[in-house]
Amino acid sequence: MSDPTTMRPLKYMGDLDYSVVQQCMHCGMCLPSCPTYLETREERNSPRGRIALMRSIADGELEVTKAFGEEMYYCLGCLACTTACPAGVDYPVLFENARAEVEEADVLFHPERRFWRWLALKQLFAAQWKLRLVGRALWLYQASGMCRLVRASGALRLLPKNLRDLEPTTPIVQRHFSDALIEEIEPAKTRKHRVGMLTGCVQDLVFSHTNRDTVDVLLANDCEVVTPRSQGCCGSLHAHNGDLDQAAVQARHMIDLFDLDSLDAIITNAAGCGSHLKHFSGILQHDADYIEKARQWDSKVRDISEWLVEIGFRTPAGTSGETIRTTYHEACHLCHGQGISSQPRSILNAIPGLEIVELENATHCCGSAGIYNITQPEQAGKLQDEKIGCIKKTGASLVTTANPGCHLQIQNGLGDSAEVRHPVSLLAEAYRNERAGQ
Amino acid sequence: MKSPPKSDQIDAAVIESLSEIVGAENVLTSPEDLIPYGFDGTAALKAKASCVVLPRNTEAVAQVVKLAASRGVPIVTRGSGTGLSGGSVPVVGGIVLCLVHLNKILELDTANLTVLCETGVITKAIDDAATPHGLFYPPDPGSMKISTIGGNVANNSGGLRGLKYGVTRDYVMGMEVVLANGEVAWLGSKCVKDVAGYSLKDLFIGSEGTLGIITKVLLKLVPRPVARRTLLASFDSMASAAKTVSDIIEKQIIPCTLEFLDKKTCASVEDYAKVGLPTEAAAVVLMETDGPVSVVEDEVAAMAAIARENGAIEVEQAQDDAHATRLASARRTAFSALARIRPTTILEDVTVPRSRLVEIVEFVEEVGVRHNLEVATFGHFGDGNVHPTILTDETDHEEMERVEEALAEIFTKTIELGGTITGEHGVGLAKKPFLHEQFADESYPLLKQIKGAIDPAGLLNPGKIFDLEPSAS
Repeated sequence: MSDPTTMRPLKYMGDLDYSVVQQCMHCGMCLPSCPTYLETREERNSPRGRIALMRSIADGELEVTKAFGEEMYYCLGCLACTTACPAGVDYPVLFENARAEVEEADVLFHPERRFWRWLALKQLFAAQWKLRLVGRALWLYQASGMCRLVRASGALRLLPKNLRDLEPTTPIVQRHFSDALIEEIEPAKTRKHRVGMLTGCVQDLVFSHTNRDTVDVLLANDCEVVTPRSQGCCGSLHAHNGDLDQAAVQARHMIDLFDLDSLDAIITNAAGCGSHLKHFSGILQHDADYIEKARQWDSKVRDISEWLVEIGFRTPAGTSGETIRTTYHEACHLCHGQGISSQPRSILNAIPGLEIVELENATHCCGSAGIYNITQPEQAGKLQDEKIGCIKKTGASLVTTANPGCHLQIQNGLGDSAEVRHPVSLLAEAYRNERAGQ
Repeated sequence: MKSPPKSDQIDAAVIESLSEIVGAENVLTSPEDLIPYGFDGTAALKAKASCVVLPRNTEAVAQVVKLAASRGVPIVTRGSGTGLSGGSVPVVGGIVLCLVHLNKILELDTANLTVLCETGVITKAIDDAATPHGLFYPPDPGSMKISTIGGNVANNSGGLRGLKYGVTRDYVMGMEVVLANGEVAWLGSKCVKDVAGYSLKDLFIGSEGTLGIITKVLLKLVPRPVARRTLLASFDSMASAAKTVSDIIEKQIIPCTLEFLDKKTCASVEDYAKVGLPTEAAAVVLMETDGPVSVVEDEVAAMAAIARENGAIEVEQAQDDAHATRLASARRTAFSALARIRPTTILEDVTVPRSRLVEIVEFVEEVGVRHNLEVATFGHFGDGNVHPTILTDETDHEEMERVEEALAEIFTKTIELGGTITGEHGVGLAKKPFLHEQFADESYPLLKQIKGAIDPAGLLNPGKIFDLEPSAS
């Protein structure tokens, strides 16, 4: 047992309300929901085990050690345990503060790790222009055919193995980013609502067409859409990776971009962002200047599917001869993080020409989990294999999901055997087909 | 008799030998690995584990026990750690023997309607395996999605279906146990009738890991009922809910489930599960009948009529099977859902003869008021098994003293009514101080004589159920 008098004071976990750790009554209901516990069957790798470690640290019985740090990063942060927890433990808050404490204590220090964290968290995902610059270079590399040349040349062998393994999974960057596809203000024919649109960071580069589709669907449902320029990362990446201070910077930036009073809702189409965006009041709880705005912000953020069902979206007209066998993978941060499960299905069921088949274990994590597939490739690979196995059993040629990370992870796993789309893109297409059919 | 070591460290040589038996990766000794094994599902009970061993088969379990016996090291056996009486809380300086990796279903015998499983198989997995064959494993403790069958047998776990189908004991036909000396014995058989010798398997059922280590279990299966119907009735008083339950039984209707939830429990469960439970009524009774279609239709109509006769505010039938499952699953979360209200949730499972149900429920209510404590009550009304749950804060010492007093009074009253201090959770650590009160005659020393005969060195889960040496308290 460590001597509490010589222990480093806790910066993040010390600040936590003790009742949050106490809320866990270690009943074990979370165990069967946790992918890492199911893998190892060791308590340390379970939600209640991790909370027990956090509690020991809060009680001064354990220091923030390397093993504790590794455990916090072995957790996927998929939040399946929060759905399973009858006691309502706020695991996301515990998990984010624990990771922040791990970074503060620097117990996982490695020069290479520090460099990548600096590059990602403090540079690329701190200012969207930097990310776009890299995105533009990547687009050139991919679109010019240079990537094929490089792969054929064998030059990739010069890269460290972990980067070499990742290169083929690099997402395809779009030619046009969101600002080129979406006007700052797009008026609806008849305006019933006025909403703000979040374009995201990765979404902006890799799925800018999904952003366009989202705006089209909003317009078709009488929503005027306001899309501030060059938005960038909402801070979810930072909060999930132990940088709560930068997450607060990103949160303030996001709030400043929008005139909250003039908007009925702020729309996101990326599950991982949405589940973070709804909790700015937690991230900014100590910021007296922003806390009120953060509360207002939280009350207005909606996932696109949630918003569409809330306003009663219009069912697209049309009948179809042929149907496409389609299944739906529930992104963790949509079903567990935001409790949104039925709404995307309502959208899919409204689209003509889709035959919806339920996916076995639809709410199980696909292994993407933010950047988990980069930091923990082995465990991520196992979950990806399980997910692809379940998808193959459905016989679906179209897989739908509402998060960029899942989208890429599943598409990489499926190869050419099936297509992955965002439900909102299918709805946008259905509205377009309506007009074409007239 | 050797007394267990007082140091919380295990000899390095013992660790070394354990690693040779199960492999170093299956012996946990670092603080980060051990802290999460310091508790089970019981509130406010924890102890530091000194070493956790994760064997993969009976042979390894036997070798670990032999080693422990030769070195005088105590062993606490554990499954998924969902117990509710502290039965698998570690013993200082002992080995925590965690059996979750012994998780294979070995044989499903459709000719004899039995299933043979390793001890770490998850309870629900047994019923899932039986279902495709039209068979059914009825015992369904609240934690069935993660509890292990070995843990169920060691605690003789009950569940929601106890009224009609009985408890774990009613399904155990045989078992393989590792005895205190490390030898392996098979108890029981596949025979429907078997009176050869003492019924040794029955001695080990509910023994809470104090007599031997169960490594395999042979279970009876029954035909799966073709239909079931679920009713939800709400009442404006606890007494009319209880009267409904006793009237149903008096009319000789034995449904599989007659569950009761008070207002506070309903509100917590609804807050979590959102299944449409009434949150304004003083009491809600969940009734489920299963069997042939014609029988369930008759029974459900009769139960609804009895509820209305007793002044039910509302009687609602589940729309379909999925809705019924959601209601039953929601009920299973009651204990954990109550943790929403206060930091510490102390759950009891006193049981009385069904005719005394109203008395105990009213007494619990009165005790709560008198000691100024927040108490919620739910439970298996049809079994006379109630779960008075005290919502408190273990860091508030003054309040915890009042909790202790209230619990003592509830136990005393239960015994007075001809009841038992534990219907399905076991004695473990939590109810140890009250067992003597219930076993007031020669039965208490008999418990110790049996323990002494089967585990003479007292190394198997020492200090659970009762203390061998007179305890300081």
